[in-house]
Amino acid sequence: MMGLMGFLIRRVLNMAAVLLVTVLLTIAILGPSADAILKRAIEQETRAEILQNKELVGKFKDPRELEDYVKSQIQGKVASMGLNDPWYSPRRLWAIAMKVMTLDFGQSYYIRGYGGSSNVKDIILESLPRTVLLFGTATLLIAVLGILVGAAAARRAGSILDKAVLGYAVLSNSFPLWWIGMLAILVFSYTLRIFPARATPPILPSDPAYPMALLYHMALPLLTIALIGFGGWAYIVRNLVAGILQEDFITVAKARGVPERKIVYGHALRSAAPPIVTIIALALSGSFGGAMITEAVFDWPGLGRLYWEAIGLLDVPVIVGLTYVSTLIFLLSVFIADVLYGVFDPRVRVG
Amino acid sequence: MSAWSPRSLWAEYKRCKVGLAGLALFAMLLALSVIAIASVPLDSYRQWNNPSHWTEYPRAAPPAWANYVTGLKLPEHMVLRNPTVRQSAAGWVRVVTHTYYFSFLYEAFPDDFLFKFSLIYGGSPPLVELSAERPDGLRMLLARIAAPPRPEGSEARAYNSAIFSTDVSLKVNLANCLADRVGVIVSPDGISPERMIFAKEGPSMAEGGTGVLKGDYAFQARFFLFGEGDDVLSSRLVIGGKVFGPFGTDDLRRDLSVGILWGTPIALSIGVSVAILSVSIGIAYGVISGYCGGRLDELMMRLNDVAYAIPALPFLILLALSLGRSLLYMMAYLVLFGWVGVAKVARSVALQIKAAPYIEAVELLGAPSRRIIFRHIAPQLIPYAMANIALSVPAAILAEAGLSFIGLGDPTMPTWGQILHDAQIHGAAIRGLWWWALSPGVMLALSSLAFVMMGYALDRALNPKMRGA
Repeated sequence: MMGLMGFLIRRVLNMAAVLLVTVLLTIAILGPSADAILKRAIEQETRAEILQNKELVGKFKDPRELEDYVKSQIQGKVASMGLNDPWYSPRRLWAIAMKVMTLDFGQSYYIRGYGGSSNVKDIILESLPRTVLLFGTATLLIAVLGILVGAAAARRAGSILDKAVLGYAVLSNSFPLWWIGMLAILVFSYTLRIFPARATPPILPSDPAYPMALLYHMALPLLTIALIGFGGWAYIVRNLVAGILQEDFITVAKARGVPERKIVYGHALRSAAPPIVTIIALALSGSFGGAMITEAVFDWPGLGRLYWEAIGLLDVPVIVGLTYVSTLIFLLSVFIADVLYGVFDPRVRVG
Repeated sequence: MSAWSPRSLWAEYKRCKVGLAGLALFAMLLALSVIAIASVPLDSYRQWNNPSHWTEYPRAAPPAWANYVTGLKLPEHMVLRNPTVRQSAAGWVRVVTHTYYFSFLYEAFPDDFLFKFSLIYGGSPPLVELSAERPDGLRMLLARIAAPPRPEGSEARAYNSAIFSTDVSLKVNLANCLADRVGVIVSPDGISPERMIFAKEGPSMAEGGTGVLKGDYAFQARFFLFGEGDDVLSSRLVIGGKVFGPFGTDDLRRDLSVGILWGTPIALSIGVSVAILSVSIGIAYGVISGYCGGRLDELMMRLNDVAYAIPALPFLILLALSLGRSLLYMMAYLVLFGWVGVAKVARSVALQIKAAPYIEAVELLGAPSRRIIFRHIAPQLIPYAMANIALSVPAAILAEAGLSFIGLGDPTMPTWGQILHDAQIHGAAIRGLWWWALSPGVMLALSSLAFVMMGYALDRALNPKMRGA
């Protein structure tokens, strides 16, 4: 048990280190431009504020004097916000990093949540469950399909099914998922008119019919992701199971007269479970990047579409928040994969 | 990892049909790149994002071959630039004739037409007379116009103008011609000029015609020049149609074949250079780490772990947003995330080779470690590197396409991802503009497929164990 505890602590520390590095990197990449944007906003705000105050403006006879006053006011505000230090000064770096780490991303520039909130954290938390819903379901579907098809292919190695699995895996990995999404909309929404083209339900989330509408709108992106995703999966499962089928204990089971079906789906699959579970967790995080673009194609109201919008509008606070949250999701699933592997396979804990 | 030679590798590679197919596909893409560079003018590709360059093209027209699929015979949009030029002189008048011959074999009338010309003249304004000759021999006067007068003795300057099918005088001229020559009275406001020109002869012409008269047409422009240095610089005839070219056009009237063709060399160079760079860096990193061992190895591998855990896409987005998105930058970003996985494997292979007796022998001979790393260990990894490069190319191509698709592509040149981005924001899929979404994606898939297949074959040739399974 001590081994597992030590292993877990090591993994947590590792994750925290990576998280800190990513946050610092984010700030380093965005720091200079974010500062410039922030300063410009302060300048415009202060100027407008002073010029609207007629009484104050009236006190200045010389426009140059007024200009000097405005400048000094702007300077004061910039200094009070700590923007005089460069973004890489340790004090500011630490302050921003702490803010981001505690999910305090500030206010968005343009994007608003459903309730009209401009708090980036609220906006992201609104979209997160939908992304989890779509990709959680899709991953589950992919896992089940992949395991069934992969095991069947391993059972008949060299058969047409086996070759088809390999071919399909190569083929489906060559297509960008989001492009297949565009084609799916073209075929199923435009030509056949089976599914709606926009995955955002036209009714408000407060409507009681909303969950059903959401599920209906989810069908097309879900099927597309599953169809493209399961090919590579089936191939991995097939290789794992085919490897195990060559081991001695399988030969023994065969000699004992255990039915072949039971050997493949019982013995072999059970032995392949640890790597399969790990790869599911890893696939979940790995597919997340490409899947975010897919959300934009289907107009699914999750994190990916939010990203797309934020990039289009250059809404920097939202972009920073989304980067952090998606990194967090990625690291968490890698962590879960690691831990699962450690639980299943004690040898890993040492290394 | 056994010794290898290019010849034995090729012999093994040849035996894999998938690999040969991948090689053929790659050769095809290379040929396409050469065609693009040789045939599509660099100018039209630079003008990709300049709307005024594309005004003569149709909006959102399907490719010409769509007629074969749908069975409809929609007229093809024609932009004719090479007229037959003749000159004659009678006294002080010179007549320059530009004649455009084309055959029109479609079921539907053209949408419109446009004749553009560019003259240079000084004093007396030249006259322009445009007429059309139909397959049945009927010659119709379309327009007769004069260039604007300039003060006597003024310097010769260029003058650009155009005759549109929508000009009112055109309809009047055509109606007169039909009344005189065919005996059909048509009201000039009711029927469009292209219907009067392209309809079958007969009384039905009064109502706009029953069908298209198919055959060879000739549009002739005669320029009457009166000054010494006057000349016709160029002319162009655009017959407006509903389908266009091999790839169609998009909502902004751009000829998609320019973007699709030029996308090939761009995608290939992105993919190949990113793959070569990132695999080389990864191998150098891994071999140094593995060979040197100890503290350095520990430090380098921890760094590698962190780099491995950073999600690529969000950081690619951040980099493109804040540092810039020219193609070279884009490639640098992709390399930044490409070397990590390779380094790990290269390190483990280097550890194996390091333990081999001959490395020990070289060490005993007193070779410096740099020499051992780059002369004795790294070359052993070349086959592994080749398979890895082939498999990294699709990843790089698709990553660039993904970034372009979300709107972070290099704005100065068209890539497949950017065409798909434009298609997405103009709702191509929802509006059924299939050619806009289909062809760039097919090209993306073909290029990544070519490298996946080659990588698979290389992998098989290098790891004989995989063949049985």
